Amino acid sequence: MALPFADLLTEEQKLIAQTAEQFATHQVAPSAAERDRTHTFPADIVQKLGELGLLGIKVPADDGGSEADMVSYGLVIAALAKACASTAVTCAVCNLAADVLSRFGNDEQKKAHLAPYLLGKSGAGSFCLSEPGAGSDAAALSTTARRDGDDYVIDGAKQWITNGGYAPFHIVFARTEGEGRNITCFLVERGTPGLTVGEPERKMGLRSSNTVPLVFEGCRVPARNMIGDLGEGYKIALAGLDGGRIGIAAQAIGIAEAAIDEGVRYALERKAFGTPVTTFQASQFAIADSRQELDAAWLLMLRAADENARTGRSSKASSMAKLWATESCGRIVDRMLQLHGGYGYVEDYPIERLYRDARVTRIYEGTSEVQRIVIAREVLAAHG
Amino acid sequence: MFELSETHDMLRSTCRALADKELAPKAAECDREHRYPKEQVQKLVELGLMGVAVPEEWGGTGLDNLAYAIAMEEISRGCASTGVIMSVNNSLYCDPVSKYATDAQKETWLKPFASGEKLGCFALSEPGNGSDAGAARTVAEDKGDHWLLNGTKSWITNGYEADAAIVFATTDRALKHKGISAFLVPMPTPGLSLGKKEDKLGIRASSTCNLIFEDCKLPKDSMLGEPGFGFKIAMGTLDGGRIGIASQALGIAQAALDAATGYALERQAFGAPIAKLQAIQFKLADMATRLEAARLLTWRAAMLKDQGGRYTKEAAMAKLAASETSTFVAHQAIQIFGGNGYVTEYPVERHYRDARITEIYEGTSEIQRLVIAGQVLKAYG
Repeated sequence: MALPFADLLTEEQKLIAQTAEQFATHQVAPSAAERDRTHTFPADIVQKLGELGLLGIKVPADDGGSEADMVSYGLVIAALAKACASTAVTCAVCNLAADVLSRFGNDEQKKAHLAPYLLGKSGAGSFCLSEPGAGSDAAALSTTARRDGDDYVIDGAKQWITNGGYAPFHIVFARTEGEGRNITCFLVERGTPGLTVGEPERKMGLRSSNTVPLVFEGCRVPARNMIGDLGEGYKIALAGLDGGRIGIAAQAIGIAEAAIDEGVRYALERKAFGTPVTTFQASQFAIADSRQELDAAWLLMLRAADENARTGRSSKASSMAKLWATESCGRIVDRMLQLHGGYGYVEDYPIERLYRDARVTRIYEGTSEVQRIVIAREVLAAHG
Repeated sequence: MFELSETHDMLRSTCRALADKELAPKAAECDREHRYPKEQVQKLVELGLMGVAVPEEWGGTGLDNLAYAIAMEEISRGCASTGVIMSVNNSLYCDPVSKYATDAQKETWLKPFASGEKLGCFALSEPGNGSDAGAARTVAEDKGDHWLLNGTKSWITNGYEADAAIVFATTDRALKHKGISAFLVPMPTPGLSLGKKEDKLGIRASSTCNLIFEDCKLPKDSMLGEPGFGFKIAMGTLDGGRIGIASQALGIAQAALDAATGYALERQAFGAPIAKLQAIQFKLADMATRLEAARLLTWRAAMLKDQGGRYTKEAAMAKLAASETSTFVAHQAIQIFGGNGYVTEYPVERHYRDARITEIYEGTSEIQRLVIAGQVLKAYG
């Protein structure tokens, strides 16, 4: 896709974006509608993403990753999302799990779990923070990990776990002794006794991605599977979220790019009152507003990614990018569906899927409401 | 890639300090009295802000268009009227003269204007045509040894103070927009009279009036560019002008957001500052996010102009986003102020009035959308 400001990118960033775009166009897009219809997880695509080095985009080369920056990460997710939003979120969570393990895991953990994973040989990693009773308010989680000899015993339930049914390991956040933010991060291997993977959720969109609840009942994990230090979990979770929001902003951007492509192509063909509908100002204005909002989303996302790459933090910028990209994506898929008329409402045209896929971007990785709270806090603090 | 260079950062701080110290404190009074901010403009002249992107050899400051956009925003944050005066001289006057004038013309028509010694204006709109610029009815007749200009131009910012105008007139009506040429006209000059000062909703400290040409004689060497180039010059100039107006809109919006944030932290309701209420927080978050998005679009357009490429679509996006953000932010700012937002003791009612014009001049929001859609559709072949 034509990037709205390719001039601002480095050669390396452009190259990785092109690689992802080619792969997405030829290997991901053709199966997107069918996988959506049949709720089929893109297992073979995950393996190929591993072969291309796209499961650990930012992971250092020493750990087996591609050692690219956050901007490249955003570009890859956007390119994948333009072809298939389910594949994009699958890839984003794979990267999130890899980043946590690479940044906070010890050598032994990396050797055992990260190396094969990054090659696409073991499946898609998961990141288990949300619970039935704690979504946006992550610090309120109630899953516990109790020390017992050389083990920790985990009890509780995790909700909305992307890739959960296909994960060789889960990154799990649980409350260790004490109150407040006494949260610790653990690696729980697939098949550990006491861990039950629930039935996949039947979702409105992102139907080719896997979303499951996990139940931990006396699930015994060796203490050596602790990631980072005791009580360091909340910090690890937050570090993941800044980047996670950039990823979802990029996903929304990719969906919106696809929607504009579909909408404009359809409008150029479709005739009404004896002339293509693109000759009507009403259609032109829908296209103009969409393109303008999407260009702004690109710039906000890349700005946040750039800030994150340079400083390691990008709280306000990430929230602005996520809020703007996802909300404008919602408006764009709606306008482009409207341009299709009745055809937009049936499965024969991709816009119907794009419309469904877009909706969740305003919810996960922090709802729009949470993003606004973050942004307002920073605006007010800067004034004080 | 989104970090400002040291030069740009320093310019931003300098302009911000000037706006806080010299412009903002006097903005309300100039607005109330509809008074041209002469001393304030003089401060801009001293900082080289009247010809920011004009090369130094022609009296300018020799910076780039990103610098211009940054300076415009900061100046407009202090006083939107001063901003538009600066914008017209930079974007609409100096920019086309710099691009199309001969070196001989530049000595007279550029140097003193880029340095700020003199002030320029731009006469394209007419009573009967605004957005549809190709329909110009002002005529320039070739009288052998001179041009004879007849017609009326409208909405001319800086009309009362300007020392020269770029005037668009048709030299061959049969060719329609390809028969329009641009002329350099000294002010005052015989045959040119000024209409009454418009009484405007906002930007009241800047003057706006008609220019009425009645058998106005111009020397033969008054033409800017080639015969028939007028429409092209006008359209190219407006692309750059849109970056200026986008920046003006950003400045107004930033001023309104700053005022609203400060007020939200002070104002008590239900026993706590209203900044504690999510209804207020969400307004601030949306205001700040839209403002940041519009700023990035504006800077991108300026950077593209600096790189010498096409930026018509990007300038239209910047102008559309920034102006609509400005009216949105000013509206929300008044809402946060409540009744205090509706009275002149606080600045936000002025920001609200000043913001409104940015959706109209240098191409309405509707024109920007047509430009953007045209470019997008072209890309799909």
